[in-house]
Order: sequence, then structure tokens, then C-alpha cells
Amino acid sequence: MEIPAGLKYTITHEWARQEGELVRVGVTDHAQNELGDIVYLELPEVGRWLAKDEPFGVIESVKAAADLYMPVGGGIVEVNAAAAEDLDTISASPYEKGWLIAIKPTNPSELDGLMDAAAYEQYLAEA
Amino acid sequence: MSYVALTPEDRELMLASVGVDSMEDLFAGIPAELRQQAQLDLPAPLSEPELLRHLEELAGQNRSARELTCFLGGGIYDHFIPSLVLDVTARPEFKTAYTPYQPEVSQGLLQAIYEYQTMICELTGMEVANASAYDGATATAEAALMAIAHTRRQRVVVSEGLHPAARSCLQTHVWSVEVEISRVGLEGETGQTDLAALEKALGRAGRPDLGNGSHGERAVGRPFLADDAACVIVQHPNFLGVMEDVEAICALAKQAGALVVVNADPISLGLLKPPGDYGADIAVGEGQPLGLPMSFGGPLLGYIACTEGLLRRLPGRIVGATTDGLGRRGYCLTLQAREQHIRREKATSNICTNEALCALAAGAYLALMGPQGLRQVAALCACKAHYAHAELCKLEGCEPAVSGPFFREFAVKLTKDPEEVCRALLDRGILAGLPLGRHYPQLADALLVAVTEKRTKADIDALVEGVRSCL
Amino acid sequence: MPRTVFELSAPGKRGVRLPTSDVGEQPLGELLPADALRRDPPALPEVTEPELARHYAALAAKSFGVDSGTYPLGSCTMKYNPKVNERVAALPGFTDLHPYQPEETVQGALRLMRDLEQMLCEIGGMDAASLQPPAGASGESTCLRIIRAYHDSRDDGARRKVLVPDSAHGTNPASVARCGYEPVTIPSNKRGRVDLKALRGLLDETVAAIMLTNPNTLGLFEDGILEIAAAMHEAGALLYCDGANLNAILGKAKPGHMGFDAMHFNLHKTFGTPHGGGGPGAGPIAVKEKLAPFLPIPRVVERDGRLRLETDFPESIGRVHGFCGNFLVAVRAYAYIRSLGAEGLKEVSETAVLNANYLMAALSAFLDLPYEGPCMHECVLSAESLREKHGIRALDIAKRLIDFRIHPPTMYFPLIVKEALMIEPTETESKLSLDEFLAAMLVILDEAQQEPETLRQAPHTTPVGRLDEVKAAREPDLRWKG
Repeated sequence: MEIPAGLKYTITHEWARQEGELVRVGVTDHAQNELGDIVYLELPEVGRWLAKDEPFGVIESVKAAADLYMPVGGGIVEVNAAAAEDLDTISASPYEKGWLIAIKPTNPSELDGLMDAAAYEQYLAEA
Repeated sequence: MSYVALTPEDRELMLASVGVDSMEDLFAGIPAELRQQAQLDLPAPLSEPELLRHLEELAGQNRSARELTCFLGGGIYDHFIPSLVLDVTARPEFKTAYTPYQPEVSQGLLQAIYEYQTMICELTGMEVANASAYDGATATAEAALMAIAHTRRQRVVVSEGLHPAARSCLQTHVWSVEVEISRVGLEGETGQTDLAALEKALGRAGRPDLGNGSHGERAVGRPFLADDAACVIVQHPNFLGVMEDVEAICALAKQAGALVVVNADPISLGLLKPPGDYGADIAVGEGQPLGLPMSFGGPLLGYIACTEGLLRRLPGRIVGATTDGLGRRGYCLTLQAREQHIRREKATSNICTNEALCALAAGAYLALMGPQGLRQVAALCACKAHYAHAELCKLEGCEPAVSGPFFREFAVKLTKDPEEVCRALLDRGILAGLPLGRHYPQLADALLVAVTEKRTKADIDALVEGVRSCL
Repeated sequence: MPRTVFELSAPGKRGVRLPTSDVGEQPLGELLPADALRRDPPALPEVTEPELARHYAALAAKSFGVDSGTYPLGSCTMKYNPKVNERVAALPGFTDLHPYQPEETVQGALRLMRDLEQMLCEIGGMDAASLQPPAGASGESTCLRIIRAYHDSRDDGARRKVLVPDSAHGTNPASVARCGYEPVTIPSNKRGRVDLKALRGLLDETVAAIMLTNPNTLGLFEDGILEIAAAMHEAGALLYCDGANLNAILGKAKPGHMGFDAMHFNLHKTFGTPHGGGGPGAGPIAVKEKLAPFLPIPRVVERDGRLRLETDFPESIGRVHGFCGNFLVAVRAYAYIRSLGAEGLKEVSETAVLNANYLMAALSAFLDLPYEGPCMHECVLSAESLREKHGIRALDIAKRLIDFRIHPPTMYFPLIVKEALMIEPTETESKLSLDEFLAAMLVILDEAQQEPETLRQAPHTTPVGRLDEVKAAREPDLRWKG
């Protein structure tokens, strides 16, 4: 299971990466593995503002559907339309090509409260 | 009667292989005090001949539409059921099957439902349909919830022309999830939805219209949320049998950014412009007229069809086509991730068992009828209803209650109490219609009469004669 | 390639002939506004009756019901559907009744409904019932609304949570959410029962109710139920029983005595009405006296020797169905109970439990038993060890059973058991058919070790093999387009 260092992780299996002013978000390798083949992805419109922990979309496979939660609150500035077109990208490259949204955070310090790679690994082990 | 298939010897052998001495040992895990109080006080069992006699007696205490000439409507109609439909639904491979979760062994049932979905789309002019809902009333409530989920708005605007039971179900369904219902009345003259009131209801913010406080109107005490309307819900033809100005209603709704939910009688769709053609977003209705007996109100068939964009909001089962490893075409339940068995509390609905066999009946009915047959049924209904209307309105003391155009059902105003008229007609073996005062206080002097293709000229003339002798 | 009905269609073919109008044939344009009419007729198929008869016969041959073979689908109670019930449900005195008929013309129907309500109350240990919910899930949400109305009536509306075991059927949390409540999961303990300590920890004045199935979805009796009920009631909360598993305890224990305040029944499970390929079923409910005022309307009441459908119940939660629920399904269930009687129903449960234990005892030698027995009417086994050793999953076993003309058991439920197979034979299986099921399982388990590919490629004898469900979801093809 890939858990890149340098990223932050949520208990709902999203990852968050600081990229300058923005925070890029996707689902972890664990999440995509649990889901199996992705069949559907619902992403928000660019411009929407959502709080931390609010659902921003839905990801579906044949056997499961899960809400996607904001790791930090803010405005949606980018949405990965390419991933929505080719859903296999998410499974193949969950941390790179399979990113889902980019947020302009209202409160960047919210990122600090998330798990780091080691803590996420521990979290997965305990589950 | 017992359908158990174990002999005493079988039981002995099986108890031994399980490793217990007696049947009671298997229930030892149940606290003794519960087991001691568990005796059932039920009537002594009946053998099959006795059971038949008993049920025939009970059935005999009813006077059905075989005996009485039925002019009752209000969502359930006495239509002709072709014989093959009964034959198809009697097949045990369909009837005794469970939901087709194992597609390889259920291709027949799945294909039949796929065909039904297709036919509902054709009938309604919508792009996708589900495999059924419980009935037209709950289908309407589900459509409202779809609109709310999709638009993220918390208010629905409902015409009083929508079936009272559908309005009641809607009320029950949304009461627990803090949705406001704005009611729009009917124009006294035409019996159609009051467009000016509709425009106002769509445009305004704030206070809800709490209605007359009758059953189901329990919006009190809930905090009122965002004022924009998620959807407008109308029935076409409406409960009074009147055809609505659906184009105008859709235009108003679109202006307000609200979705349009149309509850449309399926037989009427053999003749009338389908909801998809005039811009509806969701079409729902009661499918009972499509090959199901009236059944004292159940089981029925709710159909739900919608535009492509709302596909993932659809509640319930959906059958889709795909291929197997060898490229062979097959069918399976799909988009199940929306459903309760996967999505659980986030499901689009909690619906599990629906009305699959009834959908099968509807599919068989529509296939047997074909476009010409369905059109002919609808045309016969329209002709006979208009004949009945004309003849009744020739009577002194009887006149149209509303002026709007109607399809197979209409409301007439009587100078005598409609309840009394119905009682008198019952003595002549006729179910004259539904006194509207029960649901619409402003129409306490009106009777709702439905005429299907099964009613002959003689039936109608007898109705007219019966009413005449009352007035 | 199997043809759809649309591919049989040709212009001009008719399946039904109707009489011509005996009131004259006015042009429709005169009767109805021209702009309200369809431009084109709907593209329904044009086929003849003989073609359609063959079409449906072919589809039936590719379907599988309880009459086709053993159907041990756990949690569904696929018992035999007695044909006499079909016969009585087809009597015109029942089928040809309009729900709005005057009450004096439907006294037989109302009597049947009233008697069924009373019999269900007797079976469930409850005080009042309603036949209105048309399915189990509807029964669940109806009861939750009743519970909510009850708390509201006592100014206890702050209660927002409903406790649901982690083993619960998916309709449970879905129904909870539907009613504006928040589902809170209670873990199961090592014995597969509700963890009483965890439950006590969750109980406070924000809890409205608990939803339990008893026996639970693992087929195990919640033997702590009396303590659970005491704890819940002490905290001011109510208990709701999902009656899906009632087949295990007919005449052996009553939910009303266990402390449940409300319950639903699945007539299409316990009471032998056909599943219909996914309905129609029926989910009547029964409640204790204190919840009776909130039951849906209309209710069947007796006044001066006459039965009526009464709507004057000001505290009712309203309607959950257009009319009175699935009446013809109620007719079948009524006939079933009248035909079995008290002794017959008790025999149902005893036999159902014996049959399930018989299978469990035999299969536990080969599959993992996640929880110690005895079980009740169904058992849950796990293929997890097989998966670890041979890469064979519960899915593969299930699919291979199809080749033996046996319907697979329920797979992957409850969620708390890995590679779960939930097996519910019901009481209408003979020892012969049970032994055949075991023999098939033995062959399959042997194949799992010797020739696992046979399982992975199963089924082999059906018109189609495993279908690409990913494609079905990614590229939805939900209607025939020609």
C-alpha cells in the first residue's frame, strides 16, 4: 500500500498536498483498492465554497459508494475533469494523475491537524 | 396444512448429526420466560378444501366490479386485462424468484424488467426509468426527494390537483426530513392549477401555506429553510380528471430554476403528449391500469422515469445491459451503489423489495397492446367518458363542476348530495363515482366519474338513468 | 443471442383486439385540445400474442424461483409459496374491488384485514397493527416515524439518534436517515451479539430508539435482549424489531415480550407470499398500545358490527401508501396463517432452525464458522480460509453452485464477516434436498483445492457467464434503443 511521505491524510482516506497557495486533494491508494474498479465520480463545480469535513463529491464502484470529504475548508479552484473522463486514472495513479480537486483554503492551518504518512499507516493497521 | 418436508426419521437423524437430543435444545438460547409465554392463540388450522371455502365466503361478502358496474376512478381504474398478462405473471420462475442478484441465473427476469424500463421511457418520453416503486403515491414522494437532493433546495411546490393520497404520502415522507411544502390551489372555474398562484408560490420567500390542517398536514414546528423551490409537482390529467396547461407550468418552473415532476396516468400517455416532450424532469405515476387488477388498492405499480442528468438520483432497482467474458449480451442490476444494501444511510432511498412482478405485468400489457392498442384503449376511454359527460349534463340538476378539458374522468355538480346519489345508484348495482367532498371541501356537491373502455353504452345509459331518477 | 421483445416487433402486428366504440367515434381533436395530443405514438413493440407467449416462456426458462430448486438465500426466507394462496388471491371478490368502494360492499375484505392484523399482533406479542406499508423497508421507516411522533408528543424531540448494530441489513440505516435520524453503529461482540457494554456507553437522552433484528443477521438469538430492553427503556428510548427473521421464532418467542415497542413483518418472507422477482411484498407493522395513536391512516375499525376505514386519528403520522397497502399479499398471508394454525407455525420455526443447524454442522468442517452455534434459522459461514489458501472467494463458491441448479446463498452479508455466505434453507426443504446441497458443496470445496479455475470461471451452464458489472455501471445501458 502506497502512502507517500510529505502528504497529509484524513480518516476518510483522502490525501492533501500543499502546492503553494493551493491544497490538492485525492483518495489514497487504500481507498481505491477497497473500492475496486471505479465506475462513477461526482465532483463539485469550480467556485463552490465548502467547509472542512463537508462532502465535496461522491466516488462509486460496483460494490461501494463513498462520499468525498474536504480535508480543509475553502473554495474549489480546480477539478480534475480528465480523471472523471478516464476513471481508471484514479486507481492507476491515485496521488498524481488521479488527483480530484484543488482547494484555495480559507484557513491553511487546518492542514496541520491532519495525519502524516506514519500516522495514516498506523491508522490503517489498527482498522 | 404443513409444507414441512421432514419425516420423524429425518428429524431424528438430523438432530443426532447436529449433536442435540431434542428440538427444544436448539432453542435453549432463548430465555425460558420468553419461551413459556410464546403459545400462539390462533384459530385451528384449515385443510385446503376448508381454506378455499372460508376464503370464498369472505370474498363472497364483497361486491366486486364483476357484479357492480364501476365508474370509480381516482387513480385506480377498471381496465381490461388481456389474458396473456395473467399467464405471464403466474409463471413460478418469475413469481417465486427473489430479486435477481445472481444475474447468470436470472437473465429472463432481468430482460423482462429491462424491456419494461424501455417501455416506460417510450411512454413518458423520458430517458431512463427504474424497475418500479411501490405505487404512484410513493413514487411521487420519491420524485420530490430526488429533486431536493439534486437542487439542494428544501421546498417543494405541489398543486392541489395532485392525488390527495399522493399529497399525503409526500407529507409523511418529507415531514421527517424538514422539507416545506407549498400548496397551490385549483382555479374554481376550470379545475386546473391556478397559474398565478403557482407563479407566486415559486417566487416567494418565507412563510409556508399550512393548508386546512387535515391529516398529513404536519409541517408545524419545523424550522423553515431555504425558500427556493426544488420542484413543482402536478398531475396530468389531475385528480378532477382535468388536463393541465403543462407547457405553462413547465415554463414557470424553469424560470424559477425548479424541476418539474409530472404524475401522469399511463393510459392517457397512449394519446397525450408525454412529459418528456414538454420539459418535465421526472415523470411518475400509478401503473395499475397497465394490466393489474384493482386489488382493493394493492399491490400497485409506481413508475419513475427521469432525464439522464438525474439518473443517479433514481431510487430503487435499475437493470442494465452489459456483456460477459465471451462478449455475450446479458443483463444485471446496476448502479447498485446508490442503493440501501451498499450505500446504507446515504442511499437514494431505503427501498429494497419493490413491485417487480407488477412491472412484469405492465411490460406484458404494453407489449400486447402495442402503440395502436394503447391508443385505442385511450381513445375508447375518451369517447365513452365524453359521451357519459354529455348525457349526464343533459339532466336537470346535473352540470359540469369545472370547465377544463378532460380525458377519461370528469367532475359533475349535482343538486342532490353526491353521497346520497351514490347510495341510490348502489341499489341499482352501480358504483356511480367518487363524491369529491371527501377530498375537496369546495366541491362537496360534485361527483368524480371515470369511464374506461370496459363500460358499454348500456352501462353508461343505466348510470345516467339512475342519476336522473335521483335528481 | 436472446432477442428483446422489440426485435420481434413489426408494423401492423397486434397482440389484442378491442371492441369498436358503441358510443360513436368522435374525432379526438374534438374531444381533446389538439396541442395536448402526442405527435407520434410511443415506440412500443408490435407483436402477436403467440410470439409474446413464446417470448415470455423463453424468459421464464432463464429464471429461477423457489419452484425451480433449492434457494438458501440468507435473510430472504425463500420458502415454498403455497398454490392455494395464489388461488384465493385471484378470487374476483378480492381482485376486482376498487379501494374507494362504499364500505358496506367490502366487509369481507375489511374483515380479512382486521383478522390478519389481530393474528399478526398475536404472533408478535403486540397490541395494534397496520397493513399499509407495502414492503419491509417501508415498515421500518413507518415505525421510525411513529417513534419520532411519539417522542415529539412528549416534548422529547431532542432525541435524534437511532442505534443500529454493525450487522444490520442495509435498509436499517437507510430507513433511519430517511426519517431524519442519525444512525449510530453499535459493535457486535465476540459472540456475534450486540455488545451490551458498548450499548450502555452510547445511551443518553439523545437516543430515540434501537433497531434490532432478533435473531440477528448472523442467525444468532440476541440472548441479552431483556437487558437491552431494560437499558433502553430506562434511558427513555424505544425498541424497534426488524421482523425479517421471524421464521426462527414463531410460537417460540414473541418480540412484544422481549421488550420491543414496534416491529414490522415481511409477509413475503415469514408468511410465504411469493417474492415476485423483487416484489410485491408487504411490510405490515405492529406496535404496543402507547404507539397505536400514531399508526398510519386509514385504520380498520369496528363500529356497531360494521367494519370501516377510519381516518379520524389526529395523531397519526399520515399515509405511507396510496391506499391500504398490498391487499392481495395480505390475502395470501392470511390464508397461510389460517392454514397452518399455531401448531403449524411452531413447526415452521422448529424445522427451519433444525435445517439450518444441520447444514451448519456439516459445512463447518470445511468452511470457517465465525461464531459458535447453534444458529437459528440461518447460519453464516466464511470462505476466508479458502481465500487465503487457494485464492477462492465466497463469490466463486456461489457461482459454482449455479451449475448444480441450486441458487447461491447470500454473499458478503453481514458486512462484519469476511467472505460471508449466509445460508437459510427454510423449513420447506426436505432432507433429500439438504443432502444434495451438501453434496454439491463438497464437490465444490474439493474443486477449490484441486481445480480452482473451474470455480473462478463458474457458472458454466448458464446462458451467460459472469457479467462485466463495471461496464454496466460505467456505461449505463438502461433501455433498448434498437
